[in-house]
Amino acid sequence: MNKKPKMAIFKFTGCAGCQLEFLHLEDEFLDLLDLFDIRYWKMIKRDNDEKEWDISLVEGGISTPREIEEIKQIRKKTKFLVAFGDCAIGGCIPSIRNWTPQMEVEDYVYPDTSSIHSMKVTGIGEYVKVDEILKGCPPHRDTLIELFKSALLKIRPRLRKHSVCVECKFNDNECLLTSKKMACMGPVISAGCGAICPTLGRVCEGCFGPMSNPNAAALAEIFKDMGLNDKDIKRKFRKYAGMSPEFRMEAGH
Amino acid sequence: MKEKTIKVDYIARVEGQGALNLDITKDGKIENLQFQVFEPPRFFESFLIGRRYDEVMELTSRICGICPVAHQITSLRAIENALCIEPSQQTKDLRKLIAISAHIQSNVLSMYFLSLPDLMGYESIIPMAKDHNKIVKRGLKLKKLGNDITDLIGGRAVHPVTMLVDGFSALPSKNKLQVIRKRLKEAKQDAFDTVDLFSEVEIPEFTRKCEHIAISDPKEYAINKGRFKSTEGLDTEETFYRDHIYEKQAAYSTALHSHVRNRDSFMVGPLPRVNINFKQLSSDAKEAAKRSGIKFPNYNPFVSHLARAIELVHDIDESIKIIDRLQLKEEKREITCKSGYGSAITEAPRGSLYHGFDLDNNGIVRGADIVPPTAHNAYNIEKDMNEFVKTIIDLPLDEITLKCEMLVRAYDPCISCSVH
Repeated sequence: MNKKPKMAIFKFTGCAGCQLEFLHLEDEFLDLLDLFDIRYWKMIKRDNDEKEWDISLVEGGISTPREIEEIKQIRKKTKFLVAFGDCAIGGCIPSIRNWTPQMEVEDYVYPDTSSIHSMKVTGIGEYVKVDEILKGCPPHRDTLIELFKSALLKIRPRLRKHSVCVECKFNDNECLLTSKKMACMGPVISAGCGAICPTLGRVCEGCFGPMSNPNAAALAEIFKDMGLNDKDIKRKFRKYAGMSPEFRMEAGH
Repeated sequence: MKEKTIKVDYIARVEGQGALNLDITKDGKIENLQFQVFEPPRFFESFLIGRRYDEVMELTSRICGICPVAHQITSLRAIENALCIEPSQQTKDLRKLIAISAHIQSNVLSMYFLSLPDLMGYESIIPMAKDHNKIVKRGLKLKKLGNDITDLIGGRAVHPVTMLVDGFSALPSKNKLQVIRKRLKEAKQDAFDTVDLFSEVEIPEFTRKCEHIAISDPKEYAINKGRFKSTEGLDTEETFYRDHIYEKQAAYSTALHSHVRNRDSFMVGPLPRVNINFKQLSSDAKEAAKRSGIKFPNYNPFVSHLARAIELVHDIDESIKIIDRLQLKEEKREITCKSGYGSAITEAPRGSLYHGFDLDNNGIVRGADIVPPTAHNAYNIEKDMNEFVKTIIDLPLDEITLKCEMLVRAYDPCISCSVH
């Protein structure tokens, strides 16, 4: 078994929830330790090997000059680089601050901002080439398993690109948007969660980010007809993926 | 003149990004001791301004992937306080059950995954899993139980979705709760074994009497609500938090340092909770504590591991009690927006967590104030380390380094939270 893929897990500007999803694979965890050679994982290991890795999972966005340098180094040493979750893809919730001037953002929290080296937060793809993205805040554990299987088989993982609506149909959910006139983001949001929110009685808020080729403008128009004001509509798109090209117009300037 | 320097560039087996630095002089003095939190700030308090009251819990959840439940409940309670909403007993019970499930998950993660490798002489749980398969499997099983309860009530374990202002968007099925009840019963022995394990492993003998703070309630082991109490006489309501606690900035840390007004640093977390609320623990948890041979109140920060294990026994008992009294009826949520300030303190797994929000007439956030447990603890970790290093000063450098890291890990810091 000396051909086990070497794996590394990194955290940047984020909440560690994506790494936690890995740790929460309790039933598979010991098998995964047999199948992968985990060489770098600060949250779990004290001895970390910084040489090179077959697959690196990167959690969190980039928001400091130090992080730009680090992600470039990781890219150099990694064969297959995965943006692990919404923060690594496009900054996620912390990117809401990108619409406020940086000084204003910092002054509200720190008495002395001279020691704070922060910038607008972006996904890692802003600085390095990314080989695969795992959508979600956090990504679903099944998606992680799919990624691990494909890494072992050396094939591209099969990840969902369609909207949450398809999963609502699988679950036989009544449509919240058309039947209940609730402002559901489902039609433009990537599936993968199993439509948990609509299944549990609330609208999709969009935590898996944009689906492939969504019509965000049309959904914003529907929200407007339902009586949502411009600010409410902006807030909806300026949440998990406001920086994405797909939502950028609706998220406002 | 410095003789030795202890330096850890990136502390392992904790959540988030922090470093350590301290110099030991020739005459045994400690200088330049810094717990350097270099975690990048995400400025939650800044970008919450302008957001709606009913999405605050969804946003603050993202402060932390390990304790999202605590952030959600604290936000919800702060918003409800601002809007003068008193949620139903059922909502309070369900919130306590999900909060406890998150404690089980987080405390087991800290005990088995993050700290046990130190105490058993391993670099991580990965090699330990081969030599001590039974122990590691027990940890995984207990952690899974906590996660499955969060999942059942909240829809998913990390950033759950059902908790709303004044209620839940969906209720868990009674049958599934009964299955959980059965698993909780079975897990009791694993919890006792965890107490035994952590009373047997060797921990450094080190005591520093500092102020311990936790929320407290005479009738129950306080998790989601209680008076803010300390071992030095602090006893106040959550509304008056800011009259007693303030923060200072240290240039080397993106986490602010908390102080008690007119006093000094303080500790929050499982050890202060057990110290302050020992009487309210379940009888089996008290019994397990007695059997461990460790006396409470206790001021050795390394006893925090055992405190987590004792809480695990209590958490299982309390979860069963809540499941047994839950009726689970659909309830109406009633919300009227009005302007005002609301705040709340809960016990996150790592200790007292404060949220305060200023709302305008339309329910839009106009001000936010958040202090997570590790911001409370950051300065106290330094104060502890300053005294602790003096007791191990003759050890080889790598051993002093490891022991200093172990002290940090005993606090189970959540560094992302502390900076937020």
